[in-house]
Amino acid sequence: MKQTKMPSMSACPRALQTVPWLIALCLPLVVDANTSGNLAYCLLWAFSAVGLAAMWGYGGILSFGQTAFFGLSGYSYGIFTLNYNDTWFESWLGLGAGLAVSVAVATLIGYMIFYGRIKGVFIGIVTLSVTLVLETFMSQTAGPQWAIGEARLNGYNGMGGMSPLTIPWPGGPLTLENASFYYLVLILLIAVYAVMRKLLDGPFGLTLIAIRENPQRAEMLGVDIRRHQLLVFVLGCTLGGVSGALYTIWGAYITPSTMGLTAAAMPVIWVATSGRKSIGGTILGTALLVWLSQNLAVYGSQYALILLGAILLIVVLAAPEGLLPFVTRQLKRLSSRTSDGTRHGGACLKREEGKS
Amino acid sequence: MTTLLETRGLKKHFGGAHVINGIDFRIDAGEIRCVIGPNGAGKSTFFKLITGEHRPSEGSVMFLGQDMSHVLPHERIRMGMSIKFQIPGVFPDLNVRQHLTLSLHRAKDDRPESLDELLQRFMLENEEHVLARNLSHGKKQWLEIAMAVSLRPKLLFLDEPVAGMSVEETHATGELIKRLSAAGLTMMVVEHDMTFVKQIASRVTVLHGGSLLADGPLEDILARDDVAEVYLGKKK
Repeated sequence: MKQTKMPSMSACPRALQTVPWLIALCLPLVVDANTSGNLAYCLLWAFSAVGLAAMWGYGGILSFGQTAFFGLSGYSYGIFTLNYNDTWFESWLGLGAGLAVSVAVATLIGYMIFYGRIKGVFIGIVTLSVTLVLETFMSQTAGPQWAIGEARLNGYNGMGGMSPLTIPWPGGPLTLENASFYYLVLILLIAVYAVMRKLLDGPFGLTLIAIRENPQRAEMLGVDIRRHQLLVFVLGCTLGGVSGALYTIWGAYITPSTMGLTAAAMPVIWVATSGRKSIGGTILGTALLVWLSQNLAVYGSQYALILLGAILLIVVLAAPEGLLPFVTRQLKRLSSRTSDGTRHGGACLKREEGKS
Repeated sequence: MTTLLETRGLKKHFGGAHVINGIDFRIDAGEIRCVIGPNGAGKSTFFKLITGEHRPSEGSVMFLGQDMSHVLPHERIRMGMSIKFQIPGVFPDLNVRQHLTLSLHRAKDDRPESLDELLQRFMLENEEHVLARNLSHGKKQWLEIAMAVSLRPKLLFLDEPVAGMSVEETHATGELIKRLSAAGLTMMVVEHDMTFVKQIASRVTVLHGGSLLADGPLEDILARDDVAEVYLGKKK
């Protein structure tokens, strides 16, 4: 009988999974400060993608709302730090404020979606609508009347001038930028990866898969489906918020276009391409795709979008489970063929020995 | 004897169609109650009213003396009901071990020996790492019964547990159910297969046209002319 394991990064040898992390840890040692900053930019989007992978890959909830929480958290960070920036820990409180707003709004929207029994494609429509409503609202806030304390929202001109994250240091607070900001993002990402793997490889992840595959049966195991869906939705959206806050800190700037239609499609493209059932694959794939887009954007942002679209099309047709699970599966197949060949070779040798 | 489940004047209509017409029904602890009836008798609707998938139009379902009218399906499970569906409701992307891990987790029993015991008891030891989508129909049925049993219910509902099984598998399932009953589990089984019903039933309830036609020990029910007429389609 065919024996198959769940398609996930857990299929990868554990040692192999640590290699990308080790490379990531060493990168700032071999590149200049500016490149470290750019690498931090590539990594910070992965939080949003991981959130979507948990929602979509495990819970079967396809949300286009990651960018809404990205924007909400980014703007919240900006509003907070433009009003309170006297001490080093206020920038960290700003980060906390961004995440708190994401959690609160995600809980409210998630409650309306799941307790309102909205299902399937309609969740995508609702979340996309939320994103576009937020973008439209923020884009008309150019006037001076649109200010919260010292923070001008500034419409399409964008909100800027927020203070970066700082930590206390002998000789004065240390600003986290370039390599130090890169390490902050990387440490957060490793922590999120570890927590998400622990969560999704355990009973919570199994419950989400059960709900995705057969909600009626899951309910008959005593599972409160709506509560679990709400939990993973809030978790995923909050990770979208982490990306938004880190993005705002990185560039000290945020505009409504980060919540636009193109931006809303990006997490879906990254996750679908990387492999929505693989958290490690999603992180690696997202970082690589953002890096590729950044490099192509030098020649015009439209080229990056065309290439991403083409990659998505190829992946959906050739490897619907995502690129990294596909590559992992092919490598395993190759290695099992090689080991079969070795066994076969060994058997031939024994036969030869038997003859002689 | 303790009454586990009771329905009082249970009615269900869909628009003008009256599917269940005032059923009074009771299951006591320790029984294997088989619910039989011809196609269209209302067995499935009756089953769904008890499990909470449908809401009664009139009447009530009482479980352990508590009215279930406003209790959600997942809350009924937590109270001690457990259900195996007619069509195997397994999760195609999970293997057998993951299914049982999940159901044991819901039962707050994470001991590895419980899982091994279940695998052995339900003859699934050789399929531990097989994805549910690759199991045979009979094994899917057993897996679903194993999941339902692992929740350690007070009352287990089995909707056509041997549908699509071979004669050998049907007999093995019957023996399994008798062993579960001997261990103290109360069961309500909705079933068509009379050979299987004769193998397991302690009491039988016959539904006809959405009403309760007969209820009693197996031998008494089989001896009744009206049952033979409506269910077996013959006059004695």
